[in-house]
Order: sequence, then structure tokens, then C-alpha cells
Amino acid sequence: MSKITCQCGHENPFGAVLCERCGRPQTEEAKKSKLIDMRYEGSARRSQTYKRSIIDKIWNFFSSVKIGVSIIVAVLATSAIGTLFPQKLFVPATTEVDILAYYEKHYGFAGTLYYKLGFYDMYNSWWFITLVGMLAISIIIASIDRVVPLYKSLKKQRTKRHVSFMRRQRIYGLGTVEDTDMSMAKAEEKLKALRYNVKTEDGAILAERGRFSRWGPYVNHTGLIIFLLGVLLRGLPGFYVDEALWLREGETRAIPGAPGYYLKNNQFILDTYSKEEDAVFSQAIDRVGTIVSNYQSDVTLYKEAEGGLPGESEQLELVKDYSIIVNKPLNFDGFNVFQMDYRLDELKSMTFQLTEKASETSLGEFTVDLINPEPIYHLGEGTYVELKDYYADYDGFEDGKPKSKTPIPNNPAFFFKMVTPAKPDGEMSFVAIRETVETELNDYKATFLSAETRDVTGLVIRKDKTLYILLLGGIIFMIGVAQGSYWNHRRIWIQKGEGDELVLAGHTNKNWFGLKKDLDKVKDFANLPLYEDRQDAESSSDEVKGDNL
Amino acid sequence: MELASLSANLLLVSFIAYLVATMFFGGAVKGTNSEATHQNNRWGNIAIVITIIGFISHLGYFILRWIATGHGQAPVSNMFEFTTAFGMMIVGAFILLFFIYRTPSLGLFALPLAVIIIGYASMFPRELSPLIPALQSYWLTVHVITAAIGEAILAISAVAGLVFLLKNIDLTKKSKQRFWLESVIFTLILVVGFILSSSTFAVIGYEAKFTYINQNEQQAQIVYNYPPLFGMNEYESLTPEKMTPLAEMPAIVNAKTLTTFVWSVATGIVLYLLLRLILRRPVATLFQPFAKKANSQVMDEIGYRSVLIGFPVFTLGALIFAMIWAHEAWSRFWGWDPKEVWALITWLFYAAYLHLRLSRGWEGKKSAWLAVIGFIIIMFNLIAVNLIIAGLHSYA
Repeated sequence: MSKITCQCGHENPFGAVLCERCGRPQTEEAKKSKLIDMRYEGSARRSQTYKRSIIDKIWNFFSSVKIGVSIIVAVLATSAIGTLFPQKLFVPATTEVDILAYYEKHYGFAGTLYYKLGFYDMYNSWWFITLVGMLAISIIIASIDRVVPLYKSLKKQRTKRHVSFMRRQRIYGLGTVEDTDMSMAKAEEKLKALRYNVKTEDGAILAERGRFSRWGPYVNHTGLIIFLLGVLLRGLPGFYVDEALWLREGETRAIPGAPGYYLKNNQFILDTYSKEEDAVFSQAIDRVGTIVSNYQSDVTLYKEAEGGLPGESEQLELVKDYSIIVNKPLNFDGFNVFQMDYRLDELKSMTFQLTEKASETSLGEFTVDLINPEPIYHLGEGTYVELKDYYADYDGFEDGKPKSKTPIPNNPAFFFKMVTPAKPDGEMSFVAIRETVETELNDYKATFLSAETRDVTGLVIRKDKTLYILLLGGIIFMIGVAQGSYWNHRRIWIQKGEGDELVLAGHTNKNWFGLKKDLDKVKDFANLPLYEDRQDAESSSDEVKGDNL
Repeated sequence: MELASLSANLLLVSFIAYLVATMFFGGAVKGTNSEATHQNNRWGNIAIVITIIGFISHLGYFILRWIATGHGQAPVSNMFEFTTAFGMMIVGAFILLFFIYRTPSLGLFALPLAVIIIGYASMFPRELSPLIPALQSYWLTVHVITAAIGEAILAISAVAGLVFLLKNIDLTKKSKQRFWLESVIFTLILVVGFILSSSTFAVIGYEAKFTYINQNEQQAQIVYNYPPLFGMNEYESLTPEKMTPLAEMPAIVNAKTLTTFVWSVATGIVLYLLLRLILRRPVATLFQPFAKKANSQVMDEIGYRSVLIGFPVFTLGALIFAMIWAHEAWSRFWGWDPKEVWALITWLFYAAYLHLRLSRGWEGKKSAWLAVIGFIIIMFNLIAVNLIIAGLHSYA
């Protein structure tokens, strides 16, 4: 592809619409237009220039803002569909059948359809991820396609522009003044006072301000890409840990995902607001009922001693005591432990009494730990109770055998073998809450005396090495978006024309109102010719004048 | 309690001030020929002074309530508090833009919007409420206030868009744009319908109590503040002297919400039809004369400028601060909670707006319509997502 040589002698890359140096229109279309399109300075963008090979076509596809906006709208619309009903994540069911049943029960036919179309787990679906990926590609390609030529043309721009360039600007004025040199000098002075960067060349002024705001979009796009990269990295092993831990009061357990660390739950606390202590809220408490004020787990963090064998929980070193509450996770070694859930009053142990039915005399008491039950309970004098089988969460019989729903002691049931000197072979008894089954008529029974309960805290353990990458992406995005939004790139050209004539033109990438305000100040101070905003049909430069605009 | 009632009075003062200021802005617009000449109009000056007094009073309400709760966090933790704060920020954003552009036409439409929003807020329980554990963090103050400021500035863009559309759409001829503009006005009237019907029954003190069987097949109680048009699943009345529901709803439908909705819509429709009957032309024409004096170019610019100012603030508050807090409170920075998703949708929408405007030259009417749609999305996130789509953010 050959270069285009402008009349001013500058060699422009193939595809340039305006000469990089003097601004003369280079294409027939630009020559005919009344106002030139100043976007990207009329520079030669790859996507507008090369359209042949398959790579060109892919490049052009992704560099198009139309495509970019279409992808944004597609992500936006599909995201909205995903909020119609709760996502799978929020559904209290685990198997696919149960999940489907949940949607059907709560949302009827629409719910079934939602499930069948895969919207119930939308944000993890391949097509949603593909859309986000396409958006990322579009951001990268569209930015490169624009930023390089824009940078080059702004760097190469000359102070003195050709009249054909000036004439085609949105802000344009031409007129005679008394003393051109005087006006030019005063304009320069005023523009400098307005903190413009002023360059002069051969009877021409270029005043420029805030060029760096032009890089804002590219900076914020870089931030977005870094952010998306961070999200991508979470898929790699070691970057991201997400585990749950249920910890009973008094229990010490290894922290899942954090080898070598142990956590002990000393106490779980749940506080509510009271009308006496929080009198200002009494009305709200009356209306809503109980309002929780605090969930808290008092824990102790331990670390395995150096050189100790893994799993040897005796060799633990205390790291720290901490109270985990909502909004204040426990932090250690890059891990965070969050207060997420709780169960109150879980059964801890049950105490029974072995009784002889006929005389109702007690042969002794025994306590069964419901988490780690002992196999045998000696009551002395050849009397003992053997725990043959234990069902933590008894849920009736199936095929003649009792079954347990979960390993959590919600409804414990026991098979006891009761051995006494009078019955050395022992008697079998199945004991559950409010239910005792005997295979044959027994002389002895295990009577329930009391139970102890305790609270269980539900913790979540997270480690996310990508957080800093995400934060960096966020910060860069904010810098870029502020840079592009709160500053604007203004340029004012003033040149001598024929005789006593002065030509003036202005351009800004946004906020024309501000540019005109500046221009009015310069015009009044330096006695420049009137200008017009050729996109505002309703008020001319004359009217605008004098209204503190 | 002293502080709380003083705070409530200040809110009332600002509400009235905004109404009065609206009238003065009306006078400012009426008394001039074009935007260019009403710069230093006396009516306009009085109007902005009253607006600022209202705003200061509103700020006083906010600060006193902040002190009164005693929990250290800004009063933005339920629907009433957030929505009144949002109304305050809209006025603040308007004042900011007024001092850049000096356009009374903007005030003439921005202040009534603030009035409607405060009115809407007052329909929710107004008592001081304590913070649940998830909200006990200074991020509540930081995140919510920043997000609300961002949304308020974006709302001004919609106001400028509306003025632009009222001025530039030919209402004498049938067209798609006229239809949609009328629909926007109609929606605003529906909100007024909700406020009117709700406050009417509140003044009467209407209450009807029922027991019903909920989704989990358990018995529950519910109190209606509107005459019950629809009954809950297997309802039984505890106040038989009150109206009997016309129809019973299955358990998946909240019949109380449906009743409120139908009453509001019905009131709104009656109101709209009355207006149509009196005017004998689209209701939008009633507002058009007030927009006629605005300069289109300036309105277009305000619309764009407020998106430019608001978008970074919104990103910071509604996404970045939100993610930081979500990570601290819920252990993950993003969880596809409906409110989060709708904040993302809002953000993507304004990103699309900016790209269309910058690269595809969508200015004037197209841009104005986008700004109005953007505001509808923001209000959807505030109203529908909180009240209809249940999620972690349903605090009201």
C-alpha cells in the first residue's frame, strides 16, 4: 500500500482521511463534506483500511463499536433474564431432580421452562462466558485499532493548519479585525492565562489543553482487561480457595484448604436487639419482631508445630484468639475465615439410665457423646451397655433396618445391648426419641434422662490471590474513566487570513459549552471575529455573549 | 425521640421548599423568551435560593437522623431512608448542574422528580431501625452514598433528556415517539397514583388482617393496608367487618403486593383519564410549553455531561466499593445477587450510551431516549429488585 503525499509535502499512511500535519482533507468524501469528522483525527485506522484477508475481517469485526455495543447489550439482556428467578446457587436443593422440582413448585410452568433453558445456572453457562470473552477481545482490538493512529496524528499535528481544515470545524469564525498582530498577541496571552498550551508558527496559533484526557478510554479499557484477567486466573489451582467448615462449640478441627492450621470454636454467640437497651428502635422491633444484632464465633487459631508430623493435633502452637463477626473475618497467611451460618442447640450428648422395669431401680447412668460415641459403657458389677449401632439423624426404618438421613445428630437413635449379671447374654433394645422397640420382652430398659446441647458455627474459608489483580484493574479503570470524563481535550486555532482577516476554529472531544466559554473570554479580550457553533441552530454566538456562559 | 421528630420536620420543610421552588422556576421560564435571556432572571434567582434552603434542610434531616440512630452508619439502610437520601442527592446534582449551565428549565423538571421520589419514600415504614449484622460496617455509608450520588447525577441526565424530548417531539401528530413520551408521563402518573391511594388509606387508617397458608405450607398472618382485592392462599379473615377479597391467589403469588399494585395502577389510570378528559389531548402537551424555552443544544450537553460526571461515581460506588464490601461481609466480591446484577446492567447500559454517543454519533433525541431508559433501569433496580425479586438486598 502506498503512502499518500499531501500538498503540504507530508507523507500520510495509506487510509488517512485528513493530513496528519496540516489537516487538509485527503479523501473525496472529506473534501465534499461541510463539517469533517474529527473522531480519531481522521487518521488511518487499520480496520478502515485493510479489508481483505480473514485476519482483517476478524480484526474489523471486533474493532467495530457497533459490534462492541451489541455484545454489551447481549450481556446486559441475558444478565437480566438470570435475575428473573433465583439462580441454582440460591436454591435449597442439590440434585438436578430436586432443583427442577423446586422451580416447578415455586414458579410453575415458567420455572420449568427457566430450568430447561439453562437459565437457572446462567452465569456459568458456556454461552454467557463466551459473550464475556468476546467483549474482552472487542475491548482489546477496538482500543489498539484507535489508540495507535490517534497518538501518531496528535503527535504530528502542525500548528498551522490549512484553511480547508479550519473551514470544516464545528466552531468556525472569519472576520476582519483592526490590528491582526495585536489581536494574535492578546489571544496568546489570554489563552496562556486560561492554562492552554500555546504554540505559534508563521502567523498561526494552536492552543491546546487536556490532551491526556484522550487516553482515558484506553487506560480504562486496560483496567478492565486486567480485571477480567484476574477473574480468569481464579480458575488456576492455588489461586483460589473456597471451603466451608462447620465447627461445634468446644471442637478443634483442621481448616480445610489451609494445611497445617487448626481452629477451635470456644463459643458461638447470637445477640438480638432489645427494646429496653435500644429504645430508639422499639417501634421497628414491635413491627418486625426479633432483629439479630450480632453473630459471633470466639475462636482460637492454632498452627502445627514445625517439624511435627502432619495430622498430629497434640503438637499445636497457639497463633491467636479472635472473635469472628459478620464484616470482620479472621485473617491469617492470606486466608480469610468468615462468619456465614450457624445452627443453634445441636444435641451434644444424651444421658440415659439403665432401669430394671419390674422394680424400677436404677443400675446406673451413662452419657453418650453424639459425635464420637463410645462403644461400651461400664456401670460396674458386671453391668454394662454396649452401643451396637448409632443413627445420628434417624429417619424411620427401611427394609427392616433403621436409617440415618445425615451424620448430624438431629434425631439420634441407638441400638443398645444391655448386659447385667442376671442377663449375661444381654438384651437388645432400639431407643429413639419417644420410641423404644424391643425384639422380645426385656427386663431392662434405657431411660432417657437429659440431653446437652451446643451451638455450631458455619464458617467459610477463602483465599483469593487474584484480589490484588482485581483491585489493580479497578484502580486503573477508575483513573482512566476519570481522566476521560472529567477533563477534555480542547484545541483552538487562530490564523491570519487575507489582509486584516483572522480565521478562528475550535474543537473539543466533548463539553462544547466549556470550549465556547473559553473562546468567548479570548474573543472579548483579544477582539477576535465572531464565531458560530454550526450544530446549534437555536442560539448564535451573539446571543450567547453576555450571558455569563 | 426529639432528634427523630425534628429530623422528620426538616424533611417536610425541604419537601415544601422544593414544591415552592418549582413554581418559581416555572415563573422564570415563563417570563423569558429563550434560554439565553433567563440567565439572571429574578424568579430564577429566588427559585435557586429556595432550592438551596430546601437542600440544606434535607441535609439537616439526614444528619439528625444519622445521629438519632446512634449506630454510626448513615441513614440509608432501608427503603424509606435510601429513597429520601436519593431524592436529596438528585436535588444536589441539580444544584451542581444549575451552577454550570444556569438553566431554570432543568429545575422545573428535576425538582418535581425529587418531590415524587420523596413522596414515594414516605410510603414505607419511617421508624428508626437497627442494623442487622451484615450492614454493620462503615462500607454501608461509603458504598450506598457513593452509589446514590452516582445514580442521582445520572438521573439528571434523564431529566435533561425529558426536557429535550418534550421540546423536540411534535405532539400534534401521531408518532411512535409521541406514544413513548406519553408512556413516560403515564408512568410518572402511576407513581403519583400509588402515593395518592396509599396515603389516602393510611390517613383513614385502613387495616384488614388475615391468616393464610404460605409457600412452605405453614400458617402465617398478614395485614393489608388497602381494601383486599386479592386474598392470600387459603386465607381466613380476622377482621370480618372489612371487605372480603374478590379472588384467592395461589401460594406463589403475594396477594397483598398484588392488591397494592392494582390499587395504585387503578388510581393512576383514573387520574390519567381525568386529565385526558379535561385536556382532550396527550398529557405530555401539558408539560411541553415549559420545555419549549430550553435550548436543545444545552439540554443535550447537560444530558451527556451528567452521564460523564455520574458514570465514574456510579462505577466507584455501585461496583468497586460494593465488591470490596461484599468480599468482607459475604466472603465473595461477586455473587450474582439480583441487586448486583442490576447494578452491572445499569453500568453496562451507560457504557453502551457512552460508546454510542462517542463513536456512532448518537446525539439529540436518540441520546435523550437512552438517558430516559437509563433512569428507568435505575428505578427498576430500586423498586422492583428490592420489592419483587428477593435477594440479599431486600431490606425493606
